[in-house]
Amino acid sequence: MKLKSILENYIFVFPATLIFVIFYLIPFIWVFQLGLYEWDGIVPAKVFVGLGNFKEILFEDRIWWDSMRNAGYITLIALTLQNTLAFLLAWACDRQMRMKNFYRVLFFIPPVLSEVVVGLVWQWILDGHYGLLNGWLTYAGFPALARSWLSDPHTALTTVAIVHCWKGFGWGFLIFLAGLQTIPRELYEAARVDGANAWSTFKNIMLPLMMPVAALVAILTILGTMQGFVMIIAMTDGGPAYHTQVPVLRILASMRGTSRFGYACAQGISFGFILVALSFIQYRFSRWTRDSA
Amino acid sequence: MMKPGLYKAKRIIINILIHLFLITVAVSCIVPLGWMVSSSLKTQETIFKDMSFIPGEFHFENYVLAWREGGFGRYFLNSIVYTASVVIGIIIVASLAAYAFSRLRFPGRRILFLMFMGAMMIPIPGSFVALYVLLNKLHLRNTALGYIVCMISVGLSASIFLLKTFFDKLPRELEDAARIDGASKLGIWWHVAMPLARPVLAVVVIFNALNVWNEYVLAMILFDSKNLMPLQRALMVFQGEFLTNYPLLMAGLTITALPIILVYLLMQKYIVKGVTAGATFG
Amino acid sequence: MTDRRAAFDELARRYEARSGVQVKFELYAPSDAYAQKVRAAAQGDNLPDIFGILGEKQDFASFIKAGHILDLTPSMQAEAGSWQQSFVPKALALNEFPAGNSYGVTPGIYAVPIDIMTIQMLFNKDLFKQLGLDPEQPPQTFAEFLNIGRRIKAAGMQGLVSGWGEVWMVNCLANNFAFHIMGRDKVLATIRGEVPYTDSDWVKVFGLFKEMQDSGLLADGVVTMINKNAERLFANGKAVFAFNGSWCVNVYKGMNPGLNYGVMLPPRIADKYPVSIWGGAGSSFMVNTRSPKKAEAVAFLQWLTARDQQLYLSGATMSLPANKDCLAEIPEALNRFARDLELSTHPNTWGIAEHPQVLEALGKGIQSIIIAEKTPEQVASEVRKVKERQTARRRQ
Repeated sequence: MKLKSILENYIFVFPATLIFVIFYLIPFIWVFQLGLYEWDGIVPAKVFVGLGNFKEILFEDRIWWDSMRNAGYITLIALTLQNTLAFLLAWACDRQMRMKNFYRVLFFIPPVLSEVVVGLVWQWILDGHYGLLNGWLTYAGFPALARSWLSDPHTALTTVAIVHCWKGFGWGFLIFLAGLQTIPRELYEAARVDGANAWSTFKNIMLPLMMPVAALVAILTILGTMQGFVMIIAMTDGGPAYHTQVPVLRILASMRGTSRFGYACAQGISFGFILVALSFIQYRFSRWTRDSA
Repeated sequence: MMKPGLYKAKRIIINILIHLFLITVAVSCIVPLGWMVSSSLKTQETIFKDMSFIPGEFHFENYVLAWREGGFGRYFLNSIVYTASVVIGIIIVASLAAYAFSRLRFPGRRILFLMFMGAMMIPIPGSFVALYVLLNKLHLRNTALGYIVCMISVGLSASIFLLKTFFDKLPRELEDAARIDGASKLGIWWHVAMPLARPVLAVVVIFNALNVWNEYVLAMILFDSKNLMPLQRALMVFQGEFLTNYPLLMAGLTITALPIILVYLLMQKYIVKGVTAGATFG
Repeated sequence: MTDRRAAFDELARRYEARSGVQVKFELYAPSDAYAQKVRAAAQGDNLPDIFGILGEKQDFASFIKAGHILDLTPSMQAEAGSWQQSFVPKALALNEFPAGNSYGVTPGIYAVPIDIMTIQMLFNKDLFKQLGLDPEQPPQTFAEFLNIGRRIKAAGMQGLVSGWGEVWMVNCLANNFAFHIMGRDKVLATIRGEVPYTDSDWVKVFGLFKEMQDSGLLADGVVTMINKNAERLFANGKAVFAFNGSWCVNVYKGMNPGLNYGVMLPPRIADKYPVSIWGGAGSSFMVNTRSPKKAEAVAFLQWLTARDQQLYLSGATMSLPANKDCLAEIPEALNRFARDLELSTHPNTWGIAEHPQVLEALGKGIQSIIIAEKTPEQVASEVRKVKERQTARRRQ
């Protein structure tokens, strides 16, 4: 009986595991092996270099770590700014209010739009000479603030990060909204009857119930932002110099630019371990906040 | 205690502030969309010269031209098939696994779950080359099935993660009741857990539909035959190595975006109504 | 390459009508995805009969060494070399591996050029008039060039636009300057590692970018500009200069047929060596060694590069033909780009290649100079360090 029950449980995970093993694990092992070779991705002969590629990443590739720091900075902004925005918007749309259907539709437009359109529109807004933003700043009496937002080394990374947040907040919004919807309305009713004000309802009912969802959104944000690169290609291609360079662009550069396929694989693996570590820290952090709340 | 009149005034002011905030964000979201549609009605010559939102002349024929030049018809059908298959596949495979990770006990549960999470986190560069060689050996390269299974694998981990988080959150009482009534595990998963998870299933549908709908790199690598190519292939016609036909590209992008917006509109009903419907279910 | 689809389809139709052989062109964009596809196909031995590869000459060499590409030398030299002689020599040189090349490839010609391109300096004649300059007298010397920069700045206009967000386009101009200041031999000696990048001539090359920036000659945001964006600005009369390839004729024609622009040589800086431009490269086609239809593929390429077809392709896609007999008959707009072909050079013809890491350091370094983050001397010493490290790594 017990064995049968366990076998029955395995049925649930069998299809996912099968697909995972064939279409993820096998390519993964292949890539992992290649990380130990110097190979250009074309010639049949591969040169075994052991952990040489990993050593180079760790100790010599300064640009790689710079790009990691840039991605970390964008992610930090996404975790705070983008997710706060997403939560506030979801909360507002969850309340009984007019036009909420209308907002719900609009907030999801940025994730749907293609990078081509988004890249073009933001270039048009941010252009140093003809851009709308500088036009508005000058009009509003702050001409000193006008600049080439994407090519000024002081603002490039933050500008890229903000465009990222704009493109990405729709996902957090959607997941938060789904999360808020699973909170039974009766709980709010009960709190209202008990005379609780908005703040204490938020703190005592919504926050604890939303913690797992917030942790989920945080991890998805970390992964999505750290791995983001399409928008950066469209806006700056990693420039000026290395100011908006991110790890995935470096991996692509190793694959295509310098034709070091093996090194690119090693970079990918190292990047993966860093992402696992970050997600783990985030997981512990959300556990800690939940336990101490 | 506040006087009722004052209380009401305060509420109105708060509401106005909230709306102002919402409207600002909403406008920033709608501007690119408006720009895309307006650009799709201009000509290559006027598109960057005349930046106004309402074009001087409306070139609706751009849509007809884009549809014909891009050969949208065939690709559209392919993309619908791929998107529907992948989304249905993921919904079933991922929710089965997520339900097991959330509710069922079996040896290796933790390890297996961590493996899926790791897969979500470790991007594998060059995995497309590996997939190419692998599918070639399996005789699945240049087939719709091969592409669909690969795309299911791409979206699997994140979907399992999303679904498990929500299954963990759901109350167990209904499932316990069903179990006492003698329902099987699969029956509980399908008849009790799935309807309750509707809001997050809707998110999973949107997430994966968008993913498949916009995918082109893997498709380009795996397919040789044009007949199998997805929708994004049509857009390439307008983006040459040197020459980009912007109005037709914008028209093409608008055509491409519409079905996804439609899916979102259909799905968001579930996101909003999800649990209220579920609560009356038991 | 999808912008050439219609022209290629028409050529395929003509060829079928003539020879009964059916040819199917499959064009892909964007190029990054295509480059991956070709590499994946090579791994699976699924390359088509004829294909192109995107990438550096090093990748080209690897494809040959992996046995994917047919040596076309015998066909080129058949009938007293009539096919070989039909090409513009500079275009063919790109696809050639000379004896003693540093790539370790058996000497030979491995691909067929179907068009050529040059990268040139362009100026907007109408804006020249607005600046009080003679539109028929583009600047000849670097000092004149910088003077125009000061005028542009004073007038609140935008100077030079180019796709300098991409490293290779910055390097194009740097390469022009380097050839002009120190001559071909010294540039090649630097690549061989005999002259360091900290040599005063190289510092001078880097310094030119600083001078251009300081004078106001470079447009805002040129360091992160994507070339298509630069083209939009120049086509709409929003920039005085552009540094762009010959494909732009077609781009500008589509966006603004009335654009009144001229083509000029890069301004003279020193007198010892002639000015130099980047050019010769275009698209090339390779024949798959493992294809059972090799002979048919070669026959098709011979037909494709014959005079009539080249003229048609040139007219339909506004590109410079690789067949030298056609160069006299191309439209004036294109001819301006073909005129200076004599002065052109291209790294793929040097028989030796700089490490891609060094090229990246060079281009990114120049970006840093333009945003005033680093001095030319700093960049020179950084590039030298990268070069030394790569040389050491190769030797291991």
